[in-house]
Amino acid sequence: MLEVQNATKRFGGLVAVNQASLKAAAGAITGLIGPNGAGKTTLFTLISGFEKPSEGRVLFEGQDISRDEPHVRARRGIARTFQIVQPFAGLSVLENIAVGAHLRHAKRSDAMARAERVGQRVGLGPELEKSASSLTVAGRKRLELARALATEPKLLLLDEVLAGLNPSEIRDIIPVIRAIRDEGVTILMIEHVMQAVMNLCEQVYVLAQGRIIAEGPPADVCDDPKVIEAYLGAGAAERLKREKIHA
Amino acid sequence: MTFRDIVPIIVLITLLAFVPVFITANTVLNFLVFTLIIALAAQGWNILGGFGGQFSFGHAAFFGTGAYAAALLQVRLGINPWIAFAIGAVAGAAVGWAIGYLSFRSGLRGSYFALVTLAFAEVLRILANAAAFTGGAAGVLIKLDVRPENFQFESRGAFFWIALALVGAVLVLTRWIERSRFGAQLVAVRENEAAAKALGVDTLRVKLGAITLSGAVTAAAGCLYAQYFLYVDASIAYGTWISVEAILAPIVGGLGTVFGPLVGAVALHGLSEITKLAAGSVPGIDLMVFGGLLVAAVAFAPEGILGLLRRSAQAKGAARHA
Repeated sequence: MLEVQNATKRFGGLVAVNQASLKAAAGAITGLIGPNGAGKTTLFTLISGFEKPSEGRVLFEGQDISRDEPHVRARRGIARTFQIVQPFAGLSVLENIAVGAHLRHAKRSDAMARAERVGQRVGLGPELEKSASSLTVAGRKRLELARALATEPKLLLLDEVLAGLNPSEIRDIIPVIRAIRDEGVTILMIEHVMQAVMNLCEQVYVLAQGRIIAEGPPADVCDDPKVIEAYLGAGAAERLKREKIHA
Repeated sequence: MTFRDIVPIIVLITLLAFVPVFITANTVLNFLVFTLIIALAAQGWNILGGFGGQFSFGHAAFFGTGAYAAALLQVRLGINPWIAFAIGAVAGAAVGWAIGYLSFRSGLRGSYFALVTLAFAEVLRILANAAAFTGGAAGVLIKLDVRPENFQFESRGAFFWIALALVGAVLVLTRWIERSRFGAQLVAVRENEAAAKALGVDTLRVKLGAITLSGAVTAAAGCLYAQYFLYVDASIAYGTWISVEAILAPIVGGLGTVFGPLVGAVALHGLSEITKLAAGSVPGIDLMVFGGLLVAAVAFAPEGILGLLRRSAQAKGAARHA
């Protein structure tokens, strides 16, 4: 479905993403994790088209989309959410979602009907008529999800949709994400909440300092010494192992 | 858009159409026609500024293009004024597209876009003031020849009806925008451009569409002005006064609403006429009222007069429920 080949992104002298390659298999949930500042969101902007790679390519369904504008990629079937939520603050929740629905539905009544269904599905039913600016953090995250979903994507890029939610809110939204996958939408998600990553992802990529340092099923990746060191610092894996033996 | 969406517009325009039947005083009709021309220019601004959030400070560029096109085409080339009128509106659309293409392609927004539009209007004013073709600083005088086929009328009432019909047509156009995909995408661009892009909105195309429509409508107001007063010069056609008028009316009436520009134009000019009558001997008092009203609108009614009315209606409704 999606393939990133040796993508590099430089901002002046800073290499934010360095020769990163990853694949998101059709119909699966793929995770992208890594410490803060690793370049996860930058990699997402390369996939969604808000930035163009300095080197490397992004392939979607076998076609090179590296130079396509974001709205063209959205038409092809790539939808993204924003880590820092970007609601249309002056509009109602329903109108927010309808902007996404308009991508595939020219008529206002069709778009509104579609938006209402999507809103119900992600659990925004009671909030549809409220102003988007009145939503709580959890509500805004759901709104991000709903808007992206309303474009009827093939590939959904979720940038930390669980960040800032409390454990019960996370419990509520995990089945929603799984249901979206079950309907045939491929998902690539950046996530810090390991409970969700372990629960949802079939395949996980770990990004550290712009490079992919590990990939595989979530359980394996979490035991990888390189991954532990990326999060906890050099020598941490060794120390943890010693402590485990002594304990 | 359904028929029900435009019923309020039809009712309002029909009611206003009776005004010249009851009021025949030339001074009053003069005032009303002028107010309608301002309202039309403001409606044009509202499409781009109110719905699209792209604040132009140079709508004089479109108004002036319409006014000069209408005047020059008939005076210099002998084209029928009605046709000149249509060409004037198209010319406004073309100028709108050109300014939009240059500024939106380079990613200008917010105050930078505002400054660039201001600059374009000023450049056009200076050119029109210098060129021989436009009559230079002396301006262009349209020959008095009162015949309907000449777009000149014996009675001011006829002119009032034409201006009213145009304002009505743009009310319908604006209602269509409000109810269409184009409008939804335009408002999305206003609210958050990055989010709109992520949802598949071709933001450049949407903004270009808006500025083109906006240019055409404001240019139509310019054509009407030239045809009514039969004279244009650079400081009238491309002067900052009309840019300011086009911004003020929607802000006072209600930004991004269908009726806002019309309500704002009537309120502003109604009030300034009344103050002029009441304090006739103090020069510039109407401008002070203008300024005061703007300050009041921005401070106490950020959604304009229409927003104020809606809120008070809601408050009343809530009080009844309680």
